[in-house]
Amino acid sequence: MPALPAAVPLSWYLTLSAFLFVLGVAGFLFRRNIITVFMSIELMLNAVNLTFITFSYKLQQVDGHIFSFFVMVVAAAEAAVGLAIILTVFKNRQTLEIDELDSLKN
Amino acid sequence: MPVSFPAGVEYLRILPEIILTLAGVLIMLLEAVWSDQRRTVFAPISLAALAAALWAAMASSYGPAFSSMLAIGGSATFFRALVIVVGLLAVLASSEYLTRERANGAEYYALILFSVVGQCVMVAANDLLMVFVGLEIASIASYVLAGYLRDDPRNNEAALKYFLLGSFATAFLLYGVAWMYGLTGSTNLSIIREVLLSSGAPSLGLTGVAAALIFVGLAFKISAAPFQIWAPDVYQGAPAPVSAFLSAGPKAAAFAVLVIFMVHFGATAEQLQPVLWACALASMVIGNFAAIQQSNIKRLLAYSSIAHAGYVLVAVTANSEIGAAAVMFYMAAYALTNIGAFAVVTHVARKGERFVSMSDFAGLSRRQPAMAAMLALFLLSLIGVPLTGGFFGKFYIFKAALDSHLVWLTVLGLLNSAVAAYYYLRVLVLMYFHEPGEGAEELPAAGASLQIAVYACAIGTLVLGILPDWVLDYASKAALK
Amino acid sequence: MLQLWLIPVLPLVGFLLNGLLGRRLSKPVVNVIACGSVLLSFLWVLKSLNALGVFSGGLEEAYKEHYFTWIQSGMLNISVDFAVDRLTAVMLMIVTGIGFLIHVYATGYMAHEGGYYRFFAYLNLFMFFMLVLVLGANFLLLFIGWEGVGLCSYLLIGFYFLEKFATDAANKAFIVNRIGDFGFSLAVFLVVIHFGTLDFTAVFEKVNAMPVESAAGWMTAISLLLLVGATGKSAQIPLYVWLPDAMAGPTPVSALIHAATMVTAGVYMVARSAPIFLHSAHALDIVAIVGLATAFFAATIGLAQTDIKKVYAYSTVSQLGYMFVGLGVGAFSAGIFHVMTHAFFKALLFLGAGSVIHACSGEQDMRFMGGLRKYTPITMYTLAAATLAIAGFPGLSGAASKDLILEAAYEHAPWMYWVGVVTAGMTAFYVGRAFCMTFFGEYRGKPAAKAHGHGHDDHAHGHGTPHESPASMWIPLVVLAVLSLAGHRFFPIPAFLEPIFPLHEGEPEHWLEYVATAFGLGGLALAYLFYVVSPGLPDSIASTFRGPYRLIYNKYFVDELYDSAVITPTIEGSRALLWRVVDARGIDGLVNGVGTTARGVGAVLRRMQSGSIRSYAAWVVLGSIAIVAYIGFRGGVL
Repeated sequence: MPALPAAVPLSWYLTLSAFLFVLGVAGFLFRRNIITVFMSIELMLNAVNLTFITFSYKLQQVDGHIFSFFVMVVAAAEAAVGLAIILTVFKNRQTLEIDELDSLKN
Repeated sequence: MPVSFPAGVEYLRILPEIILTLAGVLIMLLEAVWSDQRRTVFAPISLAALAAALWAAMASSYGPAFSSMLAIGGSATFFRALVIVVGLLAVLASSEYLTRERANGAEYYALILFSVVGQCVMVAANDLLMVFVGLEIASIASYVLAGYLRDDPRNNEAALKYFLLGSFATAFLLYGVAWMYGLTGSTNLSIIREVLLSSGAPSLGLTGVAAALIFVGLAFKISAAPFQIWAPDVYQGAPAPVSAFLSAGPKAAAFAVLVIFMVHFGATAEQLQPVLWACALASMVIGNFAAIQQSNIKRLLAYSSIAHAGYVLVAVTANSEIGAAAVMFYMAAYALTNIGAFAVVTHVARKGERFVSMSDFAGLSRRQPAMAAMLALFLLSLIGVPLTGGFFGKFYIFKAALDSHLVWLTVLGLLNSAVAAYYYLRVLVLMYFHEPGEGAEELPAAGASLQIAVYACAIGTLVLGILPDWVLDYASKAALK
Repeated sequence: MLQLWLIPVLPLVGFLLNGLLGRRLSKPVVNVIACGSVLLSFLWVLKSLNALGVFSGGLEEAYKEHYFTWIQSGMLNISVDFAVDRLTAVMLMIVTGIGFLIHVYATGYMAHEGGYYRFFAYLNLFMFFMLVLVLGANFLLLFIGWEGVGLCSYLLIGFYFLEKFATDAANKAFIVNRIGDFGFSLAVFLVVIHFGTLDFTAVFEKVNAMPVESAAGWMTAISLLLLVGATGKSAQIPLYVWLPDAMAGPTPVSALIHAATMVTAGVYMVARSAPIFLHSAHALDIVAIVGLATAFFAATIGLAQTDIKKVYAYSTVSQLGYMFVGLGVGAFSAGIFHVMTHAFFKALLFLGAGSVIHACSGEQDMRFMGGLRKYTPITMYTLAAATLAIAGFPGLSGAASKDLILEAAYEHAPWMYWVGVVTAGMTAFYVGRAFCMTFFGEYRGKPAAKAHGHGHDDHAHGHGTPHESPASMWIPLVVLAVLSLAGHRFFPIPAFLEPIFPLHEGEPEHWLEYVATAFGLGGLALAYLFYVVSPGLPDSIASTFRGPYRLIYNKYFVDELYDSAVITPTIEGSRALLWRVVDARGIDGLVNGVGTTARGVGAVLRRMQSGSIRSYAAWVVLGSIAIVAYIGFRGGVL
């Protein structure tokens, strides 16, 4: 594995991934469009991938890399299913506004 | 590292998963090739595959498989058998429903099989990667199942909520897994355990945070408070047989994983104990008190399932071998009881699920005494009346809790189960002490497969209540391993 | 092996036959199955007890039959064992004997009811669970029987399910009992944890091996929790509220379950657990005080009731209180003796009341009865026997057991004796009043076929005048009357129970007995004076008494006695204060309040569930932050 420039410590990568994760959480909480909300989840998963790769590099192992590939594959599967579900919702309700989906409650 | 290929016996150890996957793929292929008339054969194929998988799971030898990614032991065998039985019962309870809704598609059965595969992988996992992959296989299939009737807005909404919140919670779990990997240097649970026990273990605070994030993801799946919030909406909106499946299978698998983590995380898991304590109590209280307010029976059962998750968490909190055995026993009893109850609800709901209000159960004992009696039995088991599985389930859970000196949790749990009697009784009262409403629509007799499912659940509930030591013996031995 | 298992299984077979096939069977067949199974069970009890030498002075040690190991695991070993000792023998005789009589009675009483087979199926199922409760040789079997009888009681109270009142009463009974069961189950847990077994013999051996002082905390905790269970099932303060409402069920049910057998299960359970209670003086004192308070308060409430079944219901609560006093002051055998005599006379009172209600075509209000001695002589004479027995008429069964309890109470604490004696006086007064209002004077009911009171036992025969009941109903009355008069001579329980509960040494003081008798007779005389003599007195005599009596005097409704508020403030007090405040507002209010609060909490929790995905996600995030922050702070990371 090629060495990273010494100027960038590992903790920066971890901080960046934590930041991305929180950004994803915030996106989920504050965006109204279902597609955007869904993309926020993808952002969280990518933050996780960055964490895996950082640790993998630090430990000089491939396990973390492999794990992140699995995460990508699963995320792709999830995207396929998720977009299909979003599509049926849009077909029935003609809206992608997340707050309008609240008929099941109490 | 020398390259080693898995030995034959290791393939045998994952034979249940192989059988179910092949059957699922086969069903989807046949659907593409066959004409509509032959669709009735999908249910029998699924049943045969599940039965074969059940046999394979029971007959499987113990030991690791695939470079110790999976570990088949007593607990894994118990839970694999349980989730496969749940799949069997769900298929039996569904086929009539699907015909009724004119949605007898192959993909429904394939999705159930795939979800069961995922759950099997979860409970046999010995690696965080396998936990994740199994969880996702099980979840993605169940997201689709929750929205199976794609023209029904209730199904849509349930599926979307389940999917978005489920993926959201999984991301937390995954972030925790990443940190656990970074702190211990491995994703293999056996190695993690050794590292955490060794003198060079990372700080308890850090591993505790990682474990807490993992717990968030699992608590979501078992619908434990404060992550229970999706369950009522999803159980209400999803097709009734799917709710039956969701309330039993994925929940049992997630509890199995939780128990595995409690065993492997050692001192880190003990850090979590106060959190488990609080979550158990909150789940019991929220589930029971909110259930009192419900008038929709599916929603009522959803809240009740939150409360039951709380009871099981009491046993997890005990963090002992007896506690682990109690979890297994309770999940078995609960799965049978709850699927049975949802199956009767499926039956009474009729086409389009128009009759899911509690008042639609008024006078059921006069219209269909057998179905009413079965639902009464399931409700009594959920209350925890003796001679039903629910009674011994609670008995072992609270005994385990007292053995671990969780006196207050036991007292509060028992008080909660006294409160719970109130809302289950309302259904009983309606069925037995009220006349059917004026002009109530005719209720056709239940189909054969649904009846088989209901009676099988009833027999199982009674067997667990009358001869609990068959299952309990097995569970205790499995927990000792 | 004596095959003791047949005793409960026979009624179970009756339940299965009637429950599964009853719809297709004719009434006589249902009758034969229901009564026959209980009769066979009774005969099997007699045969077994005879083989054990009960009737010839045997069975000093418990006899136990082991059937199979039910649960065997590292956590718990429980066998299905039935055991008979002398205590069980007494209970077996009561349950099967009285149970059989009441089954026979019910064939006549329920003849016109819908759901006939269902009723008898439930009744047989009740017998099964009650016999398991009595025969079980460990706490778990006892608990199973305990829950089972509760369930059957619930089904039978709600038998007239078309009446909202009946289903409410059934619900109340079940929920209040759940509170009691909560205590009981905790006690069972503590027993397992502390002794590692649930078997009676093993547990009590370990208890007896302990010195009294050691582990007194444990023993007190277990005893008090058992007592919580007993207050639920046996309707003691504060959980007695369900029993009076339970009278919404058919009268044979009131007689069998809510007077003679099930409600005494709590007494049996405390007596069975006597070794544990004897290790905790505090717990025993509390048992006695709870019993005494219940006996007294329920008796005052009984003074103010006009529904004949309600009078007997409060009287049952009060008499159960006596039994607890007996247990609490250490006179266990006297308590059990009273269980037996009470089963005789209270079953008779209820069955007689049922016969009266039957005669009056469903009327339950005593103000609309009266003068029935002309129409129903057999009912009158048998009820007279029961009334005298419960009032403590010397030489009858009630006096024998009650005096024993009172004597033991006097030795324990004289004030308990005096409260008990006053209670006995009130008891005599209200049962006497009920008897006089029913049988003396003129018939005050509606004359025509329209008689259709608010009774829940409404038969709607359309008979105009009261009429005597059929033979299937009055024969059990006669048998019970004989037992009420002389049952204590046939079955001298205290001597019989000597091997289990040693009798108290020393000669009791005779004046205790005389005072108690005097109070009983005084109560009866007062009732006779107010309800029979004074309404018939000419005006001239009334004017001689003037003052209070002018106000009391009323030609038709003697109950103006209460309205005039002259007799004593006790009566008004009992109605205004005790019955209304304690029952209706206090405890009912508490029960309702808990319900309202629970619903309120539920409503708040519902609001959490707004339906919006983003707010759900917020909960997930908040929960995660809380957990991670907690763990982080605890681990010193944050």
